[in-house]
Formats: sequence, structure tokens, C-alpha cells
Amino acid sequence: MSVAPIVTAPTVTHAAVDTEGLTEKVSVRDLDFFYGDHRALKNINVALYRGKVTAFIGPSGCGKSTLLRVLNRMYDLYPNQRATGHVTLDNNDILSPSQDLNLLRAKVGMVFQKPTPFPMTIYENIAFGIRLYERLSKSELDDRVQHALERAALWAEVKDKLGANGQSLSGGQQQRLCIARTVAVRPEVILFDEPCSALDPISTAKIEELIDELKDDYTIAIVTHNMQQAARVSDFTAFMYLGELVEFGETTRIFTTPSDRRTQDYITGRFG
Amino acid sequence: MALYDTRRRRNHIAVALAIGATLFGLAWLVLILAVLLWEGFSGLSLAVFTQMTPPPGSAGGLLNPIAGSLAMTVIAVLIGTPLGILAGTYMAEYGRYDKLTSVVRFINDILLSAPSIVVGLFVYEIVVAQVGHFSGWAGAIALAVIVVPVVVRTTEDMLVLVPDTLREAAASIGLPRSLMIRKVAYRAARAGMITGVLLAVARISGETAPLLFTALNNQFWSLDMNAPVASLPVVIFQFALSPYKDWQALAWTGALIITLAVLALSIIARTLAAQRKSS
Repeated sequence: MSVAPIVTAPTVTHAAVDTEGLTEKVSVRDLDFFYGDHRALKNINVALYRGKVTAFIGPSGCGKSTLLRVLNRMYDLYPNQRATGHVTLDNNDILSPSQDLNLLRAKVGMVFQKPTPFPMTIYENIAFGIRLYERLSKSELDDRVQHALERAALWAEVKDKLGANGQSLSGGQQQRLCIARTVAVRPEVILFDEPCSALDPISTAKIEELIDELKDDYTIAIVTHNMQQAARVSDFTAFMYLGELVEFGETTRIFTTPSDRRTQDYITGRFG
Repeated sequence: MALYDTRRRRNHIAVALAIGATLFGLAWLVLILAVLLWEGFSGLSLAVFTQMTPPPGSAGGLLNPIAGSLAMTVIAVLIGTPLGILAGTYMAEYGRYDKLTSVVRFINDILLSAPSIVVGLFVYEIVVAQVGHFSGWAGAIALAVIVVPVVVRTTEDMLVLVPDTLREAAASIGLPRSLMIRKVAYRAARAGMITGVLLAVARISGETAPLLFTALNNQFWSLDMNAPVASLPVVIFQFALSPYKDWQALAWTGALIITLAVLALSIIARTLAAQRKSS
């Protein structure tokens, strides 16, 4: 199927964003992504602003998770996946082959759809990542573990059973453990890939509160199928459709006066 | 209704055939075990574990073949396990999508089902014939060649079962792949990998053919790995074929010891596998 030129024309309206006082933490320019021969992302241009939450919405298969996995080069784990274009983190090109992937991922953390605690104790789940990059005394490490668990609003629930297996926690607790694990290595950007889709409403509310608190210190991107969630937690929203970024803007504007017909159809539930 | 009745009748016949086949197979197994227990238990005594293999007509035990079997098994596992785990790790983690991996897997599967006498002849050619004499080392190497494919297979299978989401989670905090494998993947697959090693031990503890050409046998107490070493399977083979009643009795007892040891290993392996499922 060939792509009609009218579709590849710059369809994104950045003009609507008042960029004053905002710094681009992550900038994506002319990004294309391929699974083998399949072009899953088409000419994406978007930015994550420092200290803000950016939500990516769109129907299944529109490429929002793919875009997220470019930002920490998670796709590099698999063969036949490649990205072309420019993605910069603080003006460093992270798509360059010389980019150290482990250092990149320490700066750009990720929380997944399914909670994935490591098969070890709660304490070790957190301490493990810290030890990778820092040599700390036992008491300093204890402090860091406690601090991370507090940031993830999990400390009160697990402080008496830090030696228990991380996989023995409930789903919502596991997801907060994963957030604590991500926060513990002190990233600058955190990517949330549908972090609540496997959780009950109460756990979801907790995670959303958490994201709101975390944005003071981190730049956050969240992929979600839940439009109310996007509206609640994000400052900016990007609507993606069939591998394209259709519209990007302040969340309030996207949800009240979208400029693209497809965005409007999606947020009013006409498709997707 | 006629259609339904036919189907029901066919179902009954199929179930009856399946049950019949199961019972037929089980009957032979039970028969073998019963004869083994009957013949083996009568000879089981402390002397079996404390005395050497006797000349025909005098009392004795199986101490030297038991010790020899244990020594060669331990060495074979020490050689075969690291090789198998490293190869399995390459196939599951580093080279999962490589052509080399499918080639290695294919060859490994052939090795897995290769007749053990071929392994014995192979080690005879490359070790015994070169050194000029039979030895415990040659026996251990032959057993190691049997251990490797079993461990490769189980290691790869168990690591492939570790979900990719766990690998991605490990990568997402900046974990290098080597550490991810050691600290996360191995930990998640540990029970299964240990089970694989135990299965390999069970497999080699009864092997006779590879030892006939390599370790040969030894009537006396010897743990010199540079000399021929006695082993339970070979002693059973020799004693069972002999015309002497007391040798035949010892062969039965030896067979019972191997069977009980393999049974114990299988129970441990199953317990570990069950733990893996529940955790």
C-alpha cells in the first residue's frame, strides 16, 4: 500500500503549544520505525517537555508503544527492528550507534504494562539497580531503598516485609514496586507503557496520583488506552493513528477543541 | 440419535483401547520393578557397601564399583554442566535469532538421541587409543559427552520460558545483558536448570556401553582415574552374564541400587519442578 502524499504532509499542529518557559527534554525529529519491512512509525515529530507529563493516545496498533520503546531503545533487544531519524535527549542523539544503551536506560526508565518484579526480595528488587551504578554503604543503600519505596507510595505497606519475594505482592503493589525500582536508579525521564491496564480502579488511582507527584522531578511519557486517564494525568497529549502523529497539544485543548477530525472522532468514542 | 450412538460407541472403544495400552505398558514396568525388588533386596546388606567385588564363590560387596560410578559421574557432571549451561545460555540469550543456534539445536538433538555405544566408541578412539590404556578419565569424558546435550536442551528450554517482559524490565534499569542473565534469567530458570542436571545424572548413572570401551572394569579398590575403574553398570553386566549364583545375586543388588538412586533423583527433580510452578 502506498502512502498518499496528503497524509505525509505535516499534519501536526505544534503552533497551538505555547512553548514559552518549556525546555525540550526529549526531541523526536522525522522518526521512522520499521519492524522488518513494515513501517510502523511515519515521520514522527514530537517533544517531551522537562517536568511535564505527555500522554500518547490512539487505537491499538497505532504505534504509541513502539514510539515509547524507541525513547530508551528497548527495540534493540530484538532483531529486524530499526529506527531512522533523530531522537535527542538533552541534545545527545540517542539513536547513534555509539550510544551506550545501559547508560541511556539508566537515564530513561520504563514501567511496563504487566508488573515485572524480579524473582528476588522486595529489598533486592530496588537495591539491585542502585548497586549497578553506585557504590554505597549498607546504611546509605537502606536509605535509598526506603526513599524509592516512599516515592512509589509503597513503603508503609512493605516496610515490615522487605525480605519477602517481590512476586508475592498484589498486582497493584507489584506495579508500584516496579515504579520504585525505576525511580531508585535516579532516571531523568520515565516512560509508562499502559501502566494501569492490568490493575483494579483503586490501584489505578494510586498510580495516577503517583505520576502526578513524580512529574516535579522527572519528565514523564505515558501510553494509555484510557482517555480519562490521559485527561487526568497529562499536561500534553499526542494522538496517534496508523503510525502517524495526528495531533499534539496541551491536554485541555486536545480534549476540548481538537483541530483534527480524527482526533475528535477518537476522543468522542466514534472509533478505536 | 443414531449418529450420537455411533459416536458414543466409538468413544467407548477409543477409551478402552487407551486404557488397555496403558495397562499393558504399566504391567511390564511393574513386573520389572517387582522382579528387581524381589531379587535385589535379598542381597542387600551392609557388606554390599563395605566390601570389594569378590572372586566367584566367596563373599563380597560392590564398594569399588559404587565408588567408581560416583567418581566418574561427579567428574562427568563437573565437565558437562558448565559446557551445557554456557551453550544453552548462548542459544537462549545471545544467539536466539541466529542461524548458528538452529544448527546447534539440530545437532544437539541428534546427540541427545545418539546411541551411547557410539559415544563409547568415539571416546575410545580419541582418548583410549591415543593414551594407550583404559582409564577412569576416559569413562568420565564419555559420560560428560552424554551430559552435555541434556543440559544444553534443558537450559535453553528453561531460559526461553523466562518471559521477555522480565528481560525488558532488567534492561530498562540499565542492566547489561551479562548481569541480566546471571542475576535475573538464571534466577527465574534456576529450578528447571537444576532439574536438567539431575536428569542428566539419572541418564548417565545407568549407562554401560560408553564405559565398556573407556573405563573398562577393575576387580580391586582403585580411584586412580588414570587406570581402569570399576562401575556399577559394567559390574552388573559382567556379573549377570556369569554362571556364578553369588555374582548374579550381586548384579541384582547393584541394579536395585542404581534404580533406587535414579528414583531418588527423579523425586528431587520433580519436587524442584513443582516448586518452580508454585513460585
